[in-house]
Amino acid sequence: MPAAIDVMHIVRKFDDFTAVDDISFTVRRGEIFGLLGPNGAGKSTLIRMLTTLIPPTSGTAEVDGIDVVRDPNGVRKVIGVIPQALTSDLELSVYENLLIFAKLYGVPRENRNKLIAGLLESVELTQWASEPVKKLSGGMRRRVEIARGLVHSPRVLFLDEPTTGLDPVSRAAVWEMVKKVKEQHELTVLLTTHYMDEADSWCDRIAIVDHGRLMALDSPLRLKASIPGTNTIEASFGSAPADWTEQLASLAGVERVTGDAHVARIATDNGPETTTAMFAAAAEAGVSVLSLAVESTTLDDVFVHYTGRQLRDALQEPSAADRSIMINRGR
Amino acid sequence: MHRTWAIIERELRRFRRSPMLIVMSLVMPIVQLIVLGYAFGGQVKHLRVGLVDQDHGVPAVRLHELSNAVASNAQTFTPQMYNDLGTALGDLRNGRLNGVLAIPPDFSRRMLVGSNPRVALIEDNTDNFVSASLAGAYSGLITSYNQPVASGQRTGTQTSLDVVEMYPYVPYIQYLLPGSIVMSIFMMVMIGGGIIFVDDKARGLHEGYLVTPITRLELILGFNLSGAIKAVLAGLVLMTIGSLIAGVPNPFEPLRLLRMFVVIVVTAVALVSMMFLFMVRVNDPLIPRATFGVLNTFLYFPSGAVYPTQAFPGWMRAISKIDPFTYAVHALKSLVLKNTGFGAIGLDLLFLALFSLASMTLATKLFRRTL
Repeated sequence: MPAAIDVMHIVRKFDDFTAVDDISFTVRRGEIFGLLGPNGAGKSTLIRMLTTLIPPTSGTAEVDGIDVVRDPNGVRKVIGVIPQALTSDLELSVYENLLIFAKLYGVPRENRNKLIAGLLESVELTQWASEPVKKLSGGMRRRVEIARGLVHSPRVLFLDEPTTGLDPVSRAAVWEMVKKVKEQHELTVLLTTHYMDEADSWCDRIAIVDHGRLMALDSPLRLKASIPGTNTIEASFGSAPADWTEQLASLAGVERVTGDAHVARIATDNGPETTTAMFAAAAEAGVSVLSLAVESTTLDDVFVHYTGRQLRDALQEPSAADRSIMINRGR
Repeated sequence: MHRTWAIIERELRRFRRSPMLIVMSLVMPIVQLIVLGYAFGGQVKHLRVGLVDQDHGVPAVRLHELSNAVASNAQTFTPQMYNDLGTALGDLRNGRLNGVLAIPPDFSRRMLVGSNPRVALIEDNTDNFVSASLAGAYSGLITSYNQPVASGQRTGTQTSLDVVEMYPYVPYIQYLLPGSIVMSIFMMVMIGGGIIFVDDKARGLHEGYLVTPITRLELILGFNLSGAIKAVLAGLVLMTIGSLIAGVPNPFEPLRLLRMFVVIVVTAVALVSMMFLFMVRVNDPLIPRATFGVLNTFLYFPSGAVYPTQAFPGWMRAISKIDPFTYAVHALKSLVLKNTGFGAIGLDLLFLALFSLASMTLATKLFRRTL
């Protein structure tokens, strides 16, 4: 059985600019695979090549064993695509939106209603079926789009920034929905996101992309383990002696201490060991520990390590959503 | 007051950085000035007149010669000889002629015996500007025909001109109705095929289509047929309401409604194809909005919808020759004002069909199935 997605040395150039530069990876069946990177990193170009929206300049890509260049319509039949912009028709009802797409995908008439009813149940929108989409909240609209992307029972689902612009509660609901439909429909999911915490908790494997290149690819856990310094301890102290920061710096595993003797941040490659040693040292010196927090390395740290920059620093292209706002303002 | 200035500064900065808006806000009034300036009140010229001489006597021949002289000087009309009155009147009815000058068989005899010789000018009076110019030109011609010539051979017999109007009087509102029907089709095409099409593209809605296994042809047909259906509905609504408002006689005569339906369908397809060609590669939602007014002015006024094309200067007649509005307006005027059959509008339908074919072929070549 072929891999869900197999990308080999894919390149996409726009005139002199290389948006995707020789990327290769394989997505296994049944996994949730995250593409992580700033805007302009090449994530969207990559996803557009895999969903047949733009042809690659060179290299090949297969989805469910079908070549995206040689048989784009074959690929289109097995993929569900949920674009970043909310593109459901606001004037049409939830049901009508799904019906139109069922027809576009050539779902046989006798299966349509049953299929749509099942999908609406999956995304918990059954009671809203006949409401116009414009009455729904952002999170519910995203769920309409997820159902829309599944209307032809695809095997691979592509989601471009599925939670961008949603509140934290809706974001969690969307992720749970993705996980649920993935299991119900035996899907493989490829998604892009720039929420590190979400990628961390929901993706089986993550590819970090920057400047069109694949910088790292592994499970979140192993990516975090792959970089030096795994924990940060933040603690405040009472009645600390003058050389207390020096004492902290000499503890086992400590790489660096910042702050002062009253509130210190300790970077370490072994949080539990350093914490234990710190308590022992405090007891010996008669120092009281007033507060303590031990943080793990996050994907943010991984991202900075592999790309040398923060995700937030990238210059943004106006998104489709921004453009639609401009339209509505009549500009 | 500082806060007011902040708003003013912001608006002016934004305005300066939208060159398209600045250009369009200036182009539109200039285009209107030029197009409207030449669209109204020009001197009507190049009208086609059928000359039927049933007399062939010397006085009749003198009348032809005078007619040819006026034609080559003032160019108000171009005479064309016909052997029989029936053919000439047939062409007049079908719109190939604007008028027929009939010289009756006894014209020379009456002239010689001084018994009130008459000639008849039979006019297509569905265009008041045209018929008034033609009647004016011929009454001037007859006046000079009646002037005694230097040799003094004339007897002082005065020829009179009978102007015969083919149709009942056409009020201007009825004259405008065909243009308004075409305009309603254009508006729907502009909104549905222009503004919404490009907005949907910019919002990423078309991506939704492109990731489905729909073929290029299915997609193009879908966009254009949906646009055409909406445009036909708009045209039919205006045809019905407009006919009642304008007081068209027998507004619901079935055969005419059927013919008008055909013209409306063909027009809608032509305008939808044209709009698809214009917008197929456009991604900026501002463009259809900015070009709306200018396009409207260039298509509507030179079409003969509000004033006869025969009164336009050469460059504007050139526009009207390639303007699909011209042919749609002409066809609908034939049906609404003269109740003609398909014979009179066949060329209009042919032009619109070829125009659609050409636009659609070119647009299809430009259309991309990918982003």
